[in-house]
Amino acid sequence: MQRPTSHLMDCRLIDKQRLNDRYVLLIVETPLSISHALPGQFAQIRIDGSPTTYLRRPISLCQVINERELHLLVQEVGDGTKTLCALEPGATVNMILPLGKGYSMPSSPSICLLIGGGVGVAPLLMQGRRLAQAGHQVHFLLGGRTSTDLVMRASFEAFGTVNYTTEDGSLGEKGFVTQHSLLQQLNPGFVYTCGPKPMMQAVAAYAKQHHVPCEVSLENLMACGIGACLCCVEDTVNGHICTCTEGPVFNIEMLKW
Amino acid sequence: MVDQRVHLKGMTLRNPVMTASGTFGFGEEYTDYLDLSRIGGIIVKGTTLRHREGNPYPRMAETASGMLNAVGLQNKGVDYFINTIYPRIKSFDTAILVNVSGSTVEDYRETAARIQELDNIPGIELNISCPNVKEGGMAFGTSAAGAANVVKAVRSVYHKHLMVKLSPNVTDITEIAKAVEGEGADSVSLINTVLGMAIDAEKRIPKLSTITGGLSGPCVKPIALRMVWQTANAVGIPVIGLGGISSATDAVEFLLAGASAIQIGTANFIDPSLSQQVAEGIEVYCQRHGFASVKELTGALLVDKQGSFCSPRSECR
Repeated sequence: MQRPTSHLMDCRLIDKQRLNDRYVLLIVETPLSISHALPGQFAQIRIDGSPTTYLRRPISLCQVINERELHLLVQEVGDGTKTLCALEPGATVNMILPLGKGYSMPSSPSICLLIGGGVGVAPLLMQGRRLAQAGHQVHFLLGGRTSTDLVMRASFEAFGTVNYTTEDGSLGEKGFVTQHSLLQQLNPGFVYTCGPKPMMQAVAAYAKQHHVPCEVSLENLMACGIGACLCCVEDTVNGHICTCTEGPVFNIEMLKW
Repeated sequence: MVDQRVHLKGMTLRNPVMTASGTFGFGEEYTDYLDLSRIGGIIVKGTTLRHREGNPYPRMAETASGMLNAVGLQNKGVDYFINTIYPRIKSFDTAILVNVSGSTVEDYRETAARIQELDNIPGIELNISCPNVKEGGMAFGTSAAGAANVVKAVRSVYHKHLMVKLSPNVTDITEIAKAVEGEGADSVSLINTVLGMAIDAEKRIPKLSTITGGLSGPCVKPIALRMVWQTANAVGIPVIGLGGISSATDAVEFLLAGASAIQIGTANFIDPSLSQQVAEGIEVYCQRHGFASVKELTGALLVDKQGSFCSPRSECR
């Protein structure tokens, strides 16, 4: 079985930026090159010093810069992610990466629509950059509850056009991403999405309705992250398969949505 | 140089560290992180006669110092193992045992018989202790008669090393151990997971699709250690200890309690290179304490002649 090479390594936190009351951008230096990492892949991060946290936490890769600099957008949800976000620059972060299968690329020059919600925007930044560099037309559609949820805007704007929705109307169109007027105007050749499951299911329904290929990134609960424990399975058209090794990115044709 | 070898009937392990079934895939999932030729053996994922999809998601819940799982023996069946997996892993430089499970006695016997034909599989671990399946599994392992019955059936067709994995979800594990020893088991491994449950209070729902599941990780270690101690004092066949082992010191504790070898399970998820480190750490312990071989560690707990606590050390056996 062909597996992408991943590494177990002690990395160093070199910078940390708090982006809002829940999101933190961690910038990590890896001892080995991770230039082979693909958008949509993830890192399994050991959480040290949290008595209530036992398992590693899977976090999507947000950006890889210059072979050994990794950016991770982390939302503080529970004790594990809070402990991770409390680390200070200089701290050691033990990670296994890159893991899983990432987003694919369109086979011909395409209009690509990348729809993200909440912290799910993270892998779309890396995929948007890759698509833009390959000459595809990149449109981001990013949603949040309020304007402060929509972070790293300048980074996204560097790789394509960016449209926003907020539930309170404080930035972009008011409502959900799937209600944005762009969806009626753009005729995308490929849709990529990552975010809360109801949002992704609505995006998948849109893609199916318009007969557009669509890839989603699932966040099923994981234990090992490397295909050993079979905990994170998704019930697909091919039966139960591991999200960590066969995903986290899936073409919606594979899913029973 | 410490002699780390462990001699079990029909096979010799390089060292006492094995990896537990269901936590190490087929070994190939871990080759990026450790050198398989540095560990004693691997016990591959539970295999049944026919393909099983396992239980619905969610199948896992994290707990304090551990996790619950309810995977339910998902696997592609013994023929898939023989035809597809085995050719890929048969040349691994470590002992490869197959964990065998079933819904009926006949399932166990047939699966064991097919695996017997594989030259590079020196033994099987008979799983009569899976808490996550409706039929079979733990049902066989929670009564002495049921355990004896399935071991007797498998023993009649399986002539290599027969390890039997015991459930902790019983009143007296030594009764089960003695029953399987009586039917010809070559060793017993313990413990499988402890039946447990987790609830999401905010959503007012169970965290597992099966409601209950198997608890593993450091939180079960004291239970496992106690059961290994009791079992090692009750049977003559080797005891393989597992349950929450996360360091070389943990492993040494199991050996001192009477285990001949150990298995690393859930801790593989936290550190996929752990089993190799534990093997190295046991050697360091032996050197530091003047043991020429790992074998001498088995049951070397300092207690008095009656097996009771004793202090000072000079009065112990």
